[in-house]
Amino acid sequence: MDEARRVVLRSAGATGVLAAALAAGLLKPERALAASWNKAAFDSKSAVDALKNIGAANPQETGEIVIEAPQIAENGAVVPIEVTSKLPGTTSLAVLIEKNPFPLASQFRFMDGALPFVKVNVKMGESSIVRVVAEAGGKYYTATKEVKVTIGGCGG
Amino acid sequence: MAGPMKARARMQGNYADVRVLMSHPMETGQRKGRDGKPIPKHFIQNLAVKLNGKTVIEGECSQAVSRNPVFSFRIGGAKPGDKIEISWLDNKGETNKTETAVA
Repeated sequence: MDEARRVVLRSAGATGVLAAALAAGLLKPERALAASWNKAAFDSKSAVDALKNIGAANPQETGEIVIEAPQIAENGAVVPIEVTSKLPGTTSLAVLIEKNPFPLASQFRFMDGALPFVKVNVKMGESSIVRVVAEAGGKYYTATKEVKVTIGGCGG
Repeated sequence: MAGPMKARARMQGNYADVRVLMSHPMETGQRKGRDGKPIPKHFIQNLAVKLNGKTVIEGECSQAVSRNPVFSFRIGGAKPGDKIEISWLDNKGETNKTETAVA
């Protein structure tokens, strides 16, 4: 009985410490559960800043990144973007919608056999350049495609 | 809050074509509710794809990903029967996952 009480006390104490750490912002819950989230890059309001914040300030133009997206998107709320990198050793792909309020839409890292390919639906506030940045062999490469939007998908 | 999630994985030549559907509002923080107040941001921030327990794709998202996100991925070296697990985590700490086998 006494032993059980001690166990309860111990775990209560540990929970208290964790709660205090969370309250102090020392431990972000998302970090405890999964990979980090690049807040600086996702909060960037220009494509130039977003590129800097993902470490790809001056990516090299390439024809080895294929972007499949509609030329004209009737509904900006759902614009399918399909990206394939033919660059050998591609480890990550980032999708930026240059004219969105926060241009960086998503970034993916590929490991252990995953092919550098992704298809994702994004929102576009207005017609914009869609920019893809690939990381291959420690260098950054980029390609773009323009998508015209007839009804924006960011506001209400 | 975390709605149903669906995933499907099929061999296409030498890779598994993985498609996943997530139920999520993906609120941008820019919309206003009926009361005129902005609806707070609520969106998936992280997702992970595992092949037989090993992470092969990690994704980070912004609120610009469409509502009820749909993703496609390609995983090389997969075989029929391999286990694919997909999970996500949003900015409110909500999380969900689903599993499927490569067909």
